[in-house]
Amino acid sequence: MEEGIAPHASASAPPQRFFRKYIFSIDHKVIGKQYYALALVAVFIGMVLSWLMRLHVVWPNAKIPGLEMLSKTGAPGGVMTPQYYLSLLTMHGTLMIFFVLTNAPFTAFGNFFLPIQIGATDMSFPRLNRLSFWITFAAFLVLVAAFFIPDGPPISGWTAYPPLSAVGSDAGPGLGWGQNLWLISISLFCVGSLLGAFNFIATTLDLRTKGMTLLRMPLSTWAWFITSCIALLAFAVLLPACLLLLLDRMAGTSFFVPAGLIIGDHPQSHTGGSPLLWQHLFWFFGHPEVYIAILPSMGIVSHILINSMRKPLLSAKVVIYSMISIGLLSFLVWGHHMFVSGMNPYSSLLFSLPTLTITIPSTIITMIWLGSLYGANLRISAASLFALGFISVFVAGGVSGFFLAQPALDSYLHATYFVAGHFHMIMGVASLFGVFAGTYFWFGKMTGRMMNETLGKIHFWLTFIGSYCIFMPFHYLGLVGSVRRYSAFVNDFTQPLMPLHKFITFAALLTGAAQFIFLFNLIYSRFKGGRAPENPWEGTSLEWSIPSPPPRNNFGDQAPVVHHDPYQYGVDGLKGDYVMQDSSEQIVAEELI
Amino acid sequence: MGKWFAILIVIVALASAYPILFHQYAPPKTISTDGQAIDKELDATMAEAGITFLLAQFVLAFFIWKFTGRATGAKPSRLPGGAKLMVAAAFVLVGAELLALGVSGQRTWASVYLTAPKADALQIQAQAGQFAFYFHYPGADGKFGPLHPEKIDDANGNFFGLDPEHDVDSRDDIISGELVVPVNREILLLLHTKDVGHSFYVRELRIQQDFVPGLDLSMHFTADTVGRYEIVCTQLCGMSHYNMKAYLNVMSQEDFEKWMKQKAAEQ
Repeated sequence: MEEGIAPHASASAPPQRFFRKYIFSIDHKVIGKQYYALALVAVFIGMVLSWLMRLHVVWPNAKIPGLEMLSKTGAPGGVMTPQYYLSLLTMHGTLMIFFVLTNAPFTAFGNFFLPIQIGATDMSFPRLNRLSFWITFAAFLVLVAAFFIPDGPPISGWTAYPPLSAVGSDAGPGLGWGQNLWLISISLFCVGSLLGAFNFIATTLDLRTKGMTLLRMPLSTWAWFITSCIALLAFAVLLPACLLLLLDRMAGTSFFVPAGLIIGDHPQSHTGGSPLLWQHLFWFFGHPEVYIAILPSMGIVSHILINSMRKPLLSAKVVIYSMISIGLLSFLVWGHHMFVSGMNPYSSLLFSLPTLTITIPSTIITMIWLGSLYGANLRISAASLFALGFISVFVAGGVSGFFLAQPALDSYLHATYFVAGHFHMIMGVASLFGVFAGTYFWFGKMTGRMMNETLGKIHFWLTFIGSYCIFMPFHYLGLVGSVRRYSAFVNDFTQPLMPLHKFITFAALLTGAAQFIFLFNLIYSRFKGGRAPENPWEGTSLEWSIPSPPPRNNFGDQAPVVHHDPYQYGVDGLKGDYVMQDSSEQIVAEELI
Repeated sequence: MGKWFAILIVIVALASAYPILFHQYAPPKTISTDGQAIDKELDATMAEAGITFLLAQFVLAFFIWKFTGRATGAKPSRLPGGAKLMVAAAFVLVGAELLALGVSGQRTWASVYLTAPKADALQIQAQAGQFAFYFHYPGADGKFGPLHPEKIDDANGNFFGLDPEHDVDSRDDIISGELVVPVNREILLLLHTKDVGHSFYVRELRIQQDFVPGLDLSMHFTADTVGRYEIVCTQLCGMSHYNMKAYLNVMSQEDFEKWMKQKAAEQ
C-alpha cells in the first residue's frame, strides 16, 4: 500500500458547543480519552471486586460492610454467599478483560496516538469512531446493570460455558436475566470493537502522511495495527457465538445443549446441541483476545524503551515481524484451553505444537529488548520504570506458559491457581504495566499537563513489589493442586495453604491501595500539573512535533512529511542526541536488516 | 534509582525462585504409573522455565545497573552480534528445548489419553451432577444395568435411575459415593454428567478429565498405592462447585473384594 497524503479534516469549523466538543465528539483524541476514562472506571470496579473475592476466600464468614446494600440475596447480613462470589468472579473477569485490557492499551491510546503517529488529522471514519465508543459505553452500562437486578450477575465465569450458561435459572442464581444482560453486553462490545478495529486498519493503510511507509511507523502504531487485524477476525466469531447462546436461552434453539439433561431436578427440553461447540467458538476468539490484550502494551513499551534508552532497538523490523507472527499463530492455538475438555486427544497434541512455537517470537522480542539495553544511555522516569518492569513481569508470566503448553502437564495444572497465576501475571500485570508506562509518558501530550514524577515512582515501586507478592504465590498454589474458581477451600489439602492465601489477600489489598496514588496523580495533575512542553521526553516520533495538547486537526495546516524511521536516537542531532522523524536533518542510515 | 531497581529485580527473582528451589509447594506424591512420567516432564520443564526466568531477570538487572546514570554525553553502543544473535539465541534457548519437551511430552500424553485400556480393566461408571459424584459398579454379573434418567430419585438414593424391577442386570449393581478401587488394577472410568459440565481431578493421579453433557467420555488409570485421595470438581458447575468432591479409596485386592461383598449385601 502506498502511503497517502493525509486528507485535511472536514472543511467545517470545529464544534463549539459542549456536547459536540466533549461528549459526542468525532475527534479521535476525545474518543481516546473517553475510552481511557471508561477503562479507568472499569479497572477500579474490577479491583474492588477482586478485594471482595480475596476477603471471602480467606474469611468466608466475615461480614463485609456495605455488601448487603449491593445485594441482599448475594450477601445477607454482609456475609457473601458462594454464588455471589462466583458472580463477582464473573464480573471481575469480564470487566478486566473486555473493558480494561481491550480498551486502555488498545482503543484508548490507539485512538489518541495512531492518527498522530502516522501524520493524519483523524481516523478514516470519525463518525464510526464515535459510534464505536458509545456502543462500548452502552455495553458497559448493560453489564453493570446485572449488579442491580434481583438475581444478580451470572455465576458462569467470563467464559460462560453452556449448559450452565444456557439453561437459565434451573442451573443456579444469576443465570436468568443476569446471564442475558451479560450476553447482550458482550455482543454490543463485539460490535463496538469490530467497528473500531476496522477504523484502525483503514486509517493505518490509507492515511499515512508523505514519507511514512509502513516500516517507518512507530512500533506502537504497528502493535495497534496488528491488534486491530486480530480483533477483526476474533470478535467476528465471538459475536455470533453470543447470539447463538442467546437464542438457546430465549428462542428454544439447542446449539449448545444436548438432550437428556436434568438440571436442578428439571428435565431440559433442549436436544442436539454441543457444549464443546461453544468452547471452540469462545476460545477461537479467546486466545487471540489475550494477544489483543498484550500486543499494544508490547508496542507501547518498545516505543518508550527506545526513548528512554536513547538508542533504537537492535532491529525494529524483527520486532514487527515477530508481532505479526504472534498475531498469525494466535489463531492456531485455541485448543490449549481445551486439552482435557473431552475433545479428541489427538487435537490436544496438534494444538500443543503451535502453542509451544508461539513462545519463539515472544522470546525474540524479549531478547531484542534485553539486547538493546546493552550500551544504552538509560533514563529513569516513571514511564521507563514501568517499561523496564514490563520486561520482568512479562518473562515471569510467560515462563509458566511453558508448562501449560504441554498437554501432559496441563493434565495436572488445568483449572488450578497455576493457570490463574499465568494469566494474571501476563494480562493483569504486564499488560497493565504497559498502560501505566503509556500514561506517564503520554499524559502531558494528551492533557497539556505533566504527571507528578515522584508519585509515579512511588506508584511503580509499590505496584512492582505488590504484583509479584500477589501472583507468584498463585503458581505455588497451583503446583499443589489448589483449584481455581472455588469460593472457599474445604478440601483436606487446602488447609495448609491458608497462610499463603492470607498473604496474597494482604498483598492484594495493599497493592490495590497503591493504585489510589496513581488515581490521585491522574486527577490532580489533570488540573494542577505542571504545563507540558511540546517534547518533554526529547522524543522523535510525530506526537512530539505538535503542541501539548494537540490542536483539533493535530498538525495545523501543513501535513507533516517524514524522512526516515521514527527512532533516530543516539545521533548527533541539532537539538541533542536525537533527530525528529519529520526533520530533514542528515541522519545515520536507516535500519537495513 | 536505576541501580535500586536492578537490586529489586534480583531480590524479587530470588524470592520467587526460593519456594520452588526448596520444594515448599510441591505436588503430592503420585500414585499412578502415568504420574511418574508426568512428574519427570514437570521437573524438566521447571528446570527450563526456572533457568530462563532467572537468567532473564539477572540480565535485565545487570543491564539496568550498568547502563543507567552514565556520564552525560556518553555514546550508546550496540551489542555485538546484534539482532541476528538474539534471534538465534531465542530459537536455541527456548525454541529447541521447548519443542524437545513437547515431543517427549507427547509420549506421556499419548500413554494416558491415546492408549486403549486393557481388556480386563475394571469398568466403573462415574456420574457427576450438581454437586456430587456417584459411582456405579456392574456387580457380580459384570453387566451395568441400563440408566433411565426419568427414574433418577436422589432422595431415595437412586442416583443413576436404575430400574431393578424391570432390568435384571441392575439387580446386582452397586452404587457408591466413594470411588473404591483395587490397587494395581487398571480402572476404566466411564464419565457421564447429569446436568452441566464437571471435571474429575485427583491430584495424586495427575490426570483430569472433563465430563461433557451429551458425550460419553472415559479415562483409565492404575493406582499403585493404597490410600484415600480426594476427588474434586474442576469445571465451574454452579454455586457449590467448591464443595463438589468425593474420595478415591485405593484398597488391596482382598479389601476390595470384601468391600464389594459388603456393598452387594446392602443393596
